[in-house]
Amino acid sequence: MSTTQLLAPNVTAQHWADPSHPDDRPFIRRYIFSTDHKTIGNQFMFMSLFFLLVGGALAMMIRWQLGWPGQPMPGGGVLPETMAPGGILLPEFYNSLVTMHGTFMIFFAIMPLLVGMFGNWLIPLHVGASDMAFPRLNMMSFWSAVPAGFIMLASFVVEGGAAGAGWTAYPPLSAVPEYSGVSTGQQLWCVSLIILGFSSLMGAVNYITTIVNMRAPGMTWMRMPLPIWSLFITAILILLAIPILAGAAIMLLFDQTIGTTFFLPEAGGQPLLWQHLFWYFGHPEVYILILPAMGVASEVIANGSRKPIFGYPAMVGAIVAIAFLGWIVWGHHMFQSGMNPLLGSSFMLSTMIIAVPSAIKVFNWLGTIWRGDIHFHTPMLNALAFVGMFVIGGLSGVFMASTPVDIYIHDTYFIVAHLHYVLFGGSLFAIFAGIYFWFPKFFGRMLSPTLGKIHFALTFVFYNLVFFPMHNLGLGGMMRRIYDPNQYGFLEPLQPMNTFVSVFALALGVSQLVFFFNILWSLWRGEKAPENPWRSNSLEWSLASPPPHGNFEAMPAVYRGPYEYSYPGRGEDFWLQGEPPDGGAVHAPTGGAPVGEGVPQ
Amino acid sequence: MPEPASTFGAGIDSIYYIILWITGAIFVLVETALIVFIIRYRHREGRVAAYSHGNKKAEIVWTVIPFILVLFIVYASNDIWLEVKRADQGGAAPADALPLRVVAKQFEWNVTYPGPDGELDTADDFVKRNQLHVPIGRAVRIDLGSEDVIHSFFLPDFRVKQDAVPGMTIPVWFEATRTGEFPLACAELCGLGHYRMRASLTVHEAADFDLWQSQEIAASGSPTGASEIDTERANEAEISEGEESA
Ligand SMILES: [Cu+2]
Ligand SMILES: [Cu+2]
Repeated sequence: MSTTQLLAPNVTAQHWADPSHPDDRPFIRRYIFSTDHKTIGNQFMFMSLFFLLVGGALAMMIRWQLGWPGQPMPGGGVLPETMAPGGILLPEFYNSLVTMHGTFMIFFAIMPLLVGMFGNWLIPLHVGASDMAFPRLNMMSFWSAVPAGFIMLASFVVEGGAAGAGWTAYPPLSAVPEYSGVSTGQQLWCVSLIILGFSSLMGAVNYITTIVNMRAPGMTWMRMPLPIWSLFITAILILLAIPILAGAAIMLLFDQTIGTTFFLPEAGGQPLLWQHLFWYFGHPEVYILILPAMGVASEVIANGSRKPIFGYPAMVGAIVAIAFLGWIVWGHHMFQSGMNPLLGSSFMLSTMIIAVPSAIKVFNWLGTIWRGDIHFHTPMLNALAFVGMFVIGGLSGVFMASTPVDIYIHDTYFIVAHLHYVLFGGSLFAIFAGIYFWFPKFFGRMLSPTLGKIHFALTFVFYNLVFFPMHNLGLGGMMRRIYDPNQYGFLEPLQPMNTFVSVFALALGVSQLVFFFNILWSLWRGEKAPENPWRSNSLEWSLASPPPHGNFEAMPAVYRGPYEYSYPGRGEDFWLQGEPPDGGAVHAPTGGAPVGEGVPQ
Repeated sequence: MPEPASTFGAGIDSIYYIILWITGAIFVLVETALIVFIIRYRHREGRVAAYSHGNKKAEIVWTVIPFILVLFIVYASNDIWLEVKRADQGGAAPADALPLRVVAKQFEWNVTYPGPDGELDTADDFVKRNQLHVPIGRAVRIDLGSEDVIHSFFLPDFRVKQDAVPGMTIPVWFEATRTGEFPLACAELCGLGHYRMRASLTVHEAADFDLWQSQEIAASGSPTGASEIDTERANEAEISEGEESA
C-alpha cells in the first residue's frame, strides 16, 4: 500500500516545530485557550482529576451512610439542612449522591481521562502529526466540557438539589418532579449531558480525521500503537452513540419542561423507550470506557515486559469485534424490565459472545509477559493490576449475562461489584498506568516512583477489600441504591460486611491523596524527565519532554511497528519507530507485525 | 443466597453454580498464570526477553475454547430462562394458578386478591397493602403494574424479580415450596422512599390460606358493601356464588 494515497492535502501544510524560532504565543493562547493538543490533553487531565475527586468524595458519603446508617457524618455539619441536617444524610440527598457519583465518574472523570486526555496526548504524536486535524475544534471540545461539568456541579445548589433518579435516569421518575422531588436538578442533568455530548462529538471527528489522514509516511494501519487503534475505534463508537444519548436527553428534557410525553404512559408514551435508547448508547459507552484502557495497558505491558505485544493482529481484531458486538447487546440491561423474554435469549447470546474477544485480549497480555524481562516500574504495576482485575470484572459479567442468574442479581450489589471491577479495576488502573507512563513526556518531570508504588500498593489492596465483598452483599440480596439496608430484616446480617466495606472505602479514598500529592509535587519538584525514560518505541519518545509546539521538526518517517522490543542482535532492547535502519540492511524478523518493509517516501 | 423457596429456584441456582465453577476455574487458571509469569520472568541481570510476535495456534485455541464454553452456558441458561418465563406458553402462568394483581406505587405494594370465586375483577375481590399471601404448592399468577414510576418486584427467596412499569401489565408467576414469611423488596430506584418500600410474603398451607382469606374478608367487611353484622352471611353467599360460577 502506498502511504501517499492516504495523506490528505493538509498534511503538507502542517506547522512543524521550528527550533530557531522561540515559542512566542501569549500566555492565554499557550495555556488557556490553546489549540495545542498537548496542552488540551493536560487540561483534560486536570479537569477530569478534579471531577474524579468530586466523584470520590460523593462515594465516601455513600459509604458513610451504608457503613453507619443514620449516624452523623464527621464533617457533615458543613452541609446545608436540605442535604444533611446535623450531619445525618437525608434519603433524598442520598439518591442525589448515588446519581451524581455515577454521573461524574462516568461522564466527567473516566471518559474524559481515557478519551480527552489520552486521545489528545497520544494521537498526533503516535501517528507523527504536528497537531490534530482541527485544532480549534479541539479547543472547543475542551471548553464545552468545562461548562457542562460546572452545570452538573451547580445542580447541587439549586432548589430541590441535584438529580436523584440514578445515573441511568429512568423515567417517569426522572421526568416528573412530583415523583422524584427534584425538578431543576434533573433538568440541569439533561442540559449538562447534551453539552458534553457536543464536546465528545467534536473530539471524535477530530480523532478519526487525524488518524485516517495524518499518519506519517510509513505509519501503516498495522504499525499503529494499540492505544491509537483503541482510540480510533472508540471515536467511531462515540460518533455513533453520543447522538443517541443526546437525543434521548433532549426528549427527556422536553418531557420535563414543555409537556411532551415521550416516556410518560398517561398520553401513550413508553417508559421502556428511554431504557432502549439509553442502553443503546450505554453499552457502547461501556466499551468507550474500556477500549482505550485496554490500548494503554497493552502499550505499557509490552514496554514493561520488553517484548513485542503477543498477537498484535488478534489484539486489533478483538478491539474491532468488541466494538461491533457492543451494538447488539444493550438488552442485557433490560432482562427484567418487562421486555419480551425471547429477546432476552438473543441478547444473552450476543452478550456472552463478547467474552470471546475479551478472553483473546487477556490471553494475549499473558502471552506478552510470558518469557519477558519484566520491569516493575509504576506504570507496569498498574497495568498488571489492570489485567488481573479486568479478568474478575469480565468473569463476573458472565453471571449477569445469564438471564436466569440475572433475575436474582439484577439491581443488587453484585452489579455494583461487577461494574467497579471493570471501571475501577479495569479503566482506572489503566488510567493510573498511563498517567505514570506519559506524565514525564507532557510535563517534563518524572512522577515520584516511591510515592507511585505506595499509591499502587494501597490502592490495590484497599480496592479489593472494598469491591470484592460487594459480590457477597449482592448474593445476600442487597439491592442497589438503598439508603438504609437495615429496613429489611434479611439484610441486617449484612451490616458488618457493609461496615467493613465502608472502612476500607474510606481508606481507599484517603490513599488517592498520595496520587494527587505526587502529581502536584512532581509538577514543580519532580526529577527532570529525559527524552525516553521508559526506553519505549513510539514516536513521542524521540522528542524533548515536553515536545515543542508543532511536535516534530519535520515530517517524521516510520520504519517499523511499535513493539520491536528485544530485537535479537541489537545492543538495545528497544527500537524507536522513527529510527532509520542502519546501513539500509533491514532484517525483517519473522511472524507478527510487519517490520521495516522498505523506506517510506 | 437464601435457600430457594420456589419451584424454579433450584434450577436458577444450579446454573449459577455451573457458571461459578466454570468462571472459578478460569479465574484460578488465569490469575495463577499471571502471578507465575510475573515471578518467573521478572527482570534479573542478564535476562533477555524472547523476541516473539505471537503464535497462531495459541490464538486459535484460546478463541475456540471460550467460544465453546459460552455457547454451553447460553444453552444451559436459556433452558431455565424459558422455563421460568414460560416462553412456550406465551408467558402465561399455569392454568390452575391463583390470580393476583400487584400494583406498585410510591412506596407501597397493593395486592388484589380474587376472593373466594378465584377470579379478579369480581365483587368479592379484596385489597391488602404490603401483604402478599399465597398458598404452598399452587402456582400464583401476578399481574404486575405500577401507578407512578418504575418499581421492581423482588422476592429474593423465590428468585423472582420483575420491574413494574407504569402503562404495562407484566405477568409474573411462581410456585412456593416452603411455608413461612419472606421479604418482598423494591429493587428499582423509585424515589425518596425506595429503601423502605418493603412488604412481606406469607406462604400458607393450602387450608390455612383459605382460612386466612375468609378471615380477611370477615375482618374487612363484606366486599359487596353490606353492613358488618351481615358479614358472615354475606361471606357464605360469596363463597357459594363462587362455587356456582366455578
Ligand atoms: Cu451493557
Ligand atoms: Cu419502588
